[in-house]
Amino acid sequence: MLRLEKRPNPSKFWNYATPVTAVLLTMVAGGILFMLLGKNPFEAIKLIFWDPLFSEQFASYSRPQLLVKAGPLILIAVGLSIGFRAGIWNIGAEGQYIIGALCAAGVALAFYPSESWLVFPLMIVAGAFGGWLWAMIPAILKTRFNTNEILVSLLLVYVAEKLLAAAATGFMRNPDGAGFPGSRNLNQYPAAANHELFANTGLHWGGVAAFIAVLFTYILLQRHILGYHVQLAGQAPRAARFAGVAPARLVVLCLGLSGAFAGLAGMFEVAGPARQITIDFNAGYGFTAIIVAFLGRLHPVGIVLAGLLLALTYIGGELAQFMLNLPAAAIQVFQGMLLFFLLALDVLSNYRIRLGVSPRASEAV
Amino acid sequence: MKPPLLSIKGLTKVYPGVVANSEVTFDIGDGEVHALLGENGAGKSTLVKAIYGLITPNEGVMEWRGVPYAPTAPSEARATGVAMVFQHFSLFDAMDVAENVALGMDNPPPIRELAAKITEVSHNYGLPLDPSRMVGDLSAGERQRVEIIRCLLQNPQLLIMDEPTSVLTPQEVEILFRTLRQLRSEGKSILYISHKLEEIRSLCENATVLRLGKVVGRADPREESARSLAEMMVGQSLHTPSRAPAQPGKLLLEVTDLSVTSPSAFGTSLRDVTFAVRAGEVLGIGGVAGNGQDELLGALSGELRTAPDAIRMAGDPVGATGPTARRALGLLCAPEERLGHAAAPDMSLTENALLTGAYREKLVRNGFIGWSKARDFAEKIILRFDVRTPGAHVAARALSGGNLQKFVIGREIMQRPSVLIVNQPTWGVDASAAAAIRQALLDLAQAGAAVVVISQDLDELMEVADNFAALNGGRLSAPRPVQGLTMDQIGLMLGGAEGGETDAAA
Repeated sequence: MLRLEKRPNPSKFWNYATPVTAVLLTMVAGGILFMLLGKNPFEAIKLIFWDPLFSEQFASYSRPQLLVKAGPLILIAVGLSIGFRAGIWNIGAEGQYIIGALCAAGVALAFYPSESWLVFPLMIVAGAFGGWLWAMIPAILKTRFNTNEILVSLLLVYVAEKLLAAAATGFMRNPDGAGFPGSRNLNQYPAAANHELFANTGLHWGGVAAFIAVLFTYILLQRHILGYHVQLAGQAPRAARFAGVAPARLVVLCLGLSGAFAGLAGMFEVAGPARQITIDFNAGYGFTAIIVAFLGRLHPVGIVLAGLLLALTYIGGELAQFMLNLPAAAIQVFQGMLLFFLLALDVLSNYRIRLGVSPRASEAV
Repeated sequence: MKPPLLSIKGLTKVYPGVVANSEVTFDIGDGEVHALLGENGAGKSTLVKAIYGLITPNEGVMEWRGVPYAPTAPSEARATGVAMVFQHFSLFDAMDVAENVALGMDNPPPIRELAAKITEVSHNYGLPLDPSRMVGDLSAGERQRVEIIRCLLQNPQLLIMDEPTSVLTPQEVEILFRTLRQLRSEGKSILYISHKLEEIRSLCENATVLRLGKVVGRADPREESARSLAEMMVGQSLHTPSRAPAQPGKLLLEVTDLSVTSPSAFGTSLRDVTFAVRAGEVLGIGGVAGNGQDELLGALSGELRTAPDAIRMAGDPVGATGPTARRALGLLCAPEERLGHAAAPDMSLTENALLTGAYREKLVRNGFIGWSKARDFAEKIILRFDVRTPGAHVAARALSGGNLQKFVIGREIMQRPSVLIVNQPTWGVDASAAAAIRQALLDLAQAGAAVVVISQDLDELMEVADNFAALNGGRLSAPRPVQGLTMDQIGLMLGGAEGGETDAAA
């Protein structure tokens, strides 16, 4: 019989070991899944984790993609991690990402065809503001009417998707686009374009923003009283109130910050890799970022590593789809398994497993 | 010779890194009230858990009337005839008494039958209890009766009671003792755990004293003084808090017609609470838990907001300000619940030092935390209040209750408060730590602070307080000087009879 025994102190070892173990278990379980689909599991795993970076055939295209995909994931995930640490669950980053992109694209298109260097900074502000605004809806509903921010923020994703569709087919449609859905191509609009900063690295301004966000979050959480209050509220809400933390202000701060970060990610995406507002502009970064945040232990440095890993599964997954004819859903299942194993293994940070053959025998272990 | 009811021989229980019980041996006879004495962490709980089948010992044997007894689950212990009343009740507020009793039984009869049985048992043992009442509406004493009656319905031979009187008024303690004596006269045995030595002296005929998991003494409590028992328990001569007579100074804290609605459904709202504390004075607020203590502390700490004028700090209205602003003025608090309220369980002592000390101790500059300053502050608290811990990096939850309490109280005292409010400062704290905490409170008052001690422990209040008031149903009686107050008067005040004589005289 297995028994769980509470540890007196949270285990430092397992805090670092669980993400690694979860990745390994996901590879095993994913391999079994691919085998059941009739594919060679070793080849599939190699295609996902190894070939995008090191195969001669694919690496030249895939490697830059790593930063392209990791940038928004990390930027959104560090924002979410602040709220998650306070026990404030913003599940709607996907929606904030869309609204951020819409606001930024709206600013760019409003000034089209301006050549002013001010357009790009203005887009950054608009993107952050859009995400912030969308996140303020669950924040205000929670502080005013005590609604559940998980549900409200999640449902607002679908509202944002409707707005996105309306924009792509209606009010933001390219007037020179022969009636096809989709806005103007921002990459062909120099004042608004977010190009690669160095050729073939995949690094654009979004990557720089992600790096700054990581640094900002690290300092906030490690050195600033606000970050301390965030963590206190998450771990012991009553102690936080005793310390003088106003819960409502914390909700507004955390949701606002994560919304703004998600909006920024949307802005850099629409002006960069995505090029334009389209109906299917959003690629699930807002949801995957939740996995990234947890896989990275809600720690800024961990999130950078987790963001790179999840970006790899995106790229590798596409490669596996293309090479092995795997269904697209298989890759989503794969990412979901990662979160599942991670949360399941998390128990080991606070508990140890005992084999309860007999209490006496277990004491000798 | 007839074998004893329960005989414990060489019982040893080892947890990773700590020996909880080592070679514990003692007997309990039929019709015996046996006291188990010891400081917190002495191994009393481990021992009774072994008897009740919650844990299995590593070494040693137990015999029940000469037959080997090794319960692997509480149900087995209950089947043998062992019942236990825990210190913390396991009752559901939103269910009635009969339903709660049924939940704790192995084979509960239909509710209607059970209710009749409850009424019968409660009548036979002089424990008034209505089976159809909601547990959420019961007082702590009545809740305990639910637990006791649940045990008695199983007709046990041995009843284990863990700190049963800590939540009772003196009158309720008398009722409980009458019941226990009646059980003894029926030939039942009781294993009685308490740190209240006077009670043990009046109730028990045998005592086993534990220290650090070992039996360090056996005594007939009736022939010992409370002091000698305490010294046996602590292993050193005990220091009694001492104080010079108070010189009342200027008015520091004034509370006027304070009314607060409790944020929780089963909490008690405060109604027109009025009192004042002067510099150098200790006000003791007695009363059974759940009569508005948490709400009073919350209103004073700033967690619950009130009308600005309801609370004045040296004349300034502070009722509508938050905890940080009140701390800046020198109004500090130490709540009852150590883990989760006064301290964050998973955070280190350094982080917990920051919890209330951030601004007063200047641990934060421009919003940025000076971690080395915070660690210094934590280490100062650890040193001055003798907190037993490997260091300031240890998580709060890893400390024993007494040590964490010393840290929590020390954290506030080190910040030189002008008014300090403490709620249950020595709840679950061992005798020597409790004495140290009380002395620290007295020293603080001596140095010119106003101190409010909210406590259920009347002995403690009599020891430290200059004035005494009782909190009952969210109302506070008029404070009266402790000197000359009799136990009967206190009992009446606690019962809500608002200091009978003064009212009559008025």
